[in-house]
Amino acid sequence: MASKEPASGINFLSYRFISAVLSAVLLVYSAYLLSVKGMNYGIDFEGGVLIEARFETAPDLSALRQQFKLMEIGEAGIQNFGSDQDVLIRLRVGDEDEEVISALLNQVKSVLGDNVEYRRVETVGPKVGDDLRSGAMWAVMLSLIAILMYITMRFEWQYGAAAVVAIFHDIFLTLGFFALLDFEFNLPSLAALLTIAGYSINDTIVVFDRVRENRRKYRTTPLYQLINTSLNETLSRTLLTSATTLIAVSAFLFFGGEVIRDFNTVLIWGVFVGTYSSVYIASAFLLYIETFLQNKAGETED
Amino acid sequence: MVYFPTWKKITTLIVILMGLWYSLPNFFSESQLDTLPSWMAKERINLGLDLQGGSHLLLEIELKEIESELISMTADAVRTTLAGEKIRTSRPLITGRKISFQIPQNKIQAAKKEIRDMDPLLALSIEGNKLNVEIQDDQIRQHKEKAVQQSIEIVRRRIDETGTREPTIQRQGESRIIVQLPGVSDPARIKSLLGKTARMTFHMVDDGAKSAVSGRVKPGYQELLSADSGLSGQPRTHIIHKRILVNGENLKDAQATFQQGEPVVSMRFDAIGTRRFADATKKYVGQQFAIVLDGQIISAPVIREPILTGSGVISGSFTTEDAQDLSLLLRAGALPAPLNILEERTVGPGLGEDSVKAGEFASLLAFSLVLIFMAIIYKRFGIYADIALLINMTLIFGALSALQATLTLPGIAGIVLTIGMAVDANVLIFQRIKEESLKGRTPISAIDVGYRQATVAIFDANLTTFICALLLYVFGTGPVRGFAVTLIFGLVTSIFCALMVTRLLIIRWLRSTKPKTLRI
Repeated sequence: MASKEPASGINFLSYRFISAVLSAVLLVYSAYLLSVKGMNYGIDFEGGVLIEARFETAPDLSALRQQFKLMEIGEAGIQNFGSDQDVLIRLRVGDEDEEVISALLNQVKSVLGDNVEYRRVETVGPKVGDDLRSGAMWAVMLSLIAILMYITMRFEWQYGAAAVVAIFHDIFLTLGFFALLDFEFNLPSLAALLTIAGYSINDTIVVFDRVRENRRKYRTTPLYQLINTSLNETLSRTLLTSATTLIAVSAFLFFGGEVIRDFNTVLIWGVFVGTYSSVYIASAFLLYIETFLQNKAGETED
Repeated sequence: MVYFPTWKKITTLIVILMGLWYSLPNFFSESQLDTLPSWMAKERINLGLDLQGGSHLLLEIELKEIESELISMTADAVRTTLAGEKIRTSRPLITGRKISFQIPQNKIQAAKKEIRDMDPLLALSIEGNKLNVEIQDDQIRQHKEKAVQQSIEIVRRRIDETGTREPTIQRQGESRIIVQLPGVSDPARIKSLLGKTARMTFHMVDDGAKSAVSGRVKPGYQELLSADSGLSGQPRTHIIHKRILVNGENLKDAQATFQQGEPVVSMRFDAIGTRRFADATKKYVGQQFAIVLDGQIISAPVIREPILTGSGVISGSFTTEDAQDLSLLLRAGALPAPLNILEERTVGPGLGEDSVKAGEFASLLAFSLVLIFMAIIYKRFGIYADIALLINMTLIFGALSALQATLTLPGIAGIVLTIGMAVDANVLIFQRIKEESLKGRTPISAIDVGYRQATVAIFDANLTTFICALLLYVFGTGPVRGFAVTLIFGLVTSIFCALMVTRLLIIRWLRSTKPKTLRI
């Protein structure tokens, strides 16, 4: 019933060199941003004070900044948050201990005065910041290892390696995205990062699953063509799923409130990167590994 | 063959009904719930502090002090025991966990036996005329464990005394305590109450216990700062005898009252405290004693007459709040070790309410858009997928309510993401069915093969995401955990809905209409 030759459609892999260049440029740019500009770590990871305050009338931000400068309490980030009346104040405190931080909080409250509604007050000591950072590292590293192991078990190690390369690519580009837009990297950001990893791997596995199936079906067809066919066969599903996910996340981006806006922006970026990487990083890398292994096997036979 | 065994049908139905049952209470208000019969499920979804407003505090118990305290206590106990047996010892030399005493050679074996009788857990060794007493890891661990348990208890009592409703006090890890205070938008008072150890002791004052030559305080005495400054406004100090006359542990009650218009704290000792206080006040009439709280003298009155009733009044230079806080702390008891506030996250009621509103609206919008999208793309099958999605949401809400998991703002985002991804399983299946159908399969065969082939991909794809979510739960805290929770529930219910609910609907349709061609 199945034909001996799979049908082909768009020749995705023919663009793999262009996309390799594109990815390389983006990766280098991310690395540049991360090393020069650096990550804008939130108080979750660096320790500090965060206050979201609602004023009765829109306050003069530059006057506020001046007042904070006079207090000499280190770097203070002051910006509007959602509306003119809402102000987000962030204080970085470096390695100061918990007592200093709580004293700082009182100082800030005295500057802002009484006619302010405190919508959110967060203080994080450096000890917790360190813990959260190491917890985050562990979560990411273990996720990658677990995914590699799972795919190696269910597929072959080549698939696992290609998938992990794709996730690395996505995580790195997402970190670059954070640096580019100067988004604060905090605990929800970490959740967003891991969600992107999860989404990307989801997409990659659907493609790989089809490659595996087609490989069993068409034993003589070259891998290049097989992967292309598989990409074509899964294309409509990829587009549809991306569309529904984008619809859902966009609804939340526009109406979910200010607190979670960055989170959703990053998720949207992740849907694009994740979809792109399953085609041009994971699949292309799989082709590359397999070709490399075949050539090597050919050489040893000679 | 397209076949759906009866037991699967029944299981599916039961799961859906359970989901409905447990999600039902969320549609009623609290007062309506109270009028429902007792056999109904009543648990509503637990909103996180970021949604209902409130304060989250992370406290750490300073256990380091516990260890050094245990060592010096043991050293004192050993000396007292040996002194009781008329065995003379040198002053103890403490290095790490080892306490060394020099003891006359002929008494050393007897000393060893006495210490063994006193505390069989201590490791003892003899080096010449030195007896080494070493505290075991186990003892320190037990001691710390006890301190942690006690701290949690004291924290609970102090917070209860402030009248905060429904606080959650939980241990985290070895030495941390999480305190959640729903509805508290300014935790300043609670923070200051928790920041105090509140160890109170009574000592005799002897301001003359100073060496005339060096000006140094004599051994056995200690110079402490006094809370009330002297007449010149300079900080005043007193020299106190280190020996404790009466301990704050022996207090039965403390209340803030007024005496001659001044806020004071009146206290009552228990039986032991009453006797000790009576003995001391009888012995030292006319002399000054000091009430010491956390290393500071809060009051240093002169004993005018013996106090035999076991009640007294502490009058410092208190404000009304000071007196109230002090009496509260004395009632709740002293912490075994100081507490540090490592983290505070407070969300005001306004922001929480706004977040809930925004979250509700955004979720409903996302939900409706996806429903419409699926119906347009897949028509009949899309509507089946929509029904599955509705059931999916019910199951998530049911599971969150039944397991009393906490829903946070990122958790709502997790649900929204689930909405987007839940249809993925259906999309995978439908695309596959479409493909097989285009290859010329009959509807039944296409659906059968489509399901079978897609199931593998669904499992692999969702299991990896599941692993990520699980790790996020393990390593995440607070809001992130909330996100992981809804994602995990969402993944499970999505797979269930795609493989059971949608399938059941499609098979029913196949059976009843027996279509010749498939239009997806």
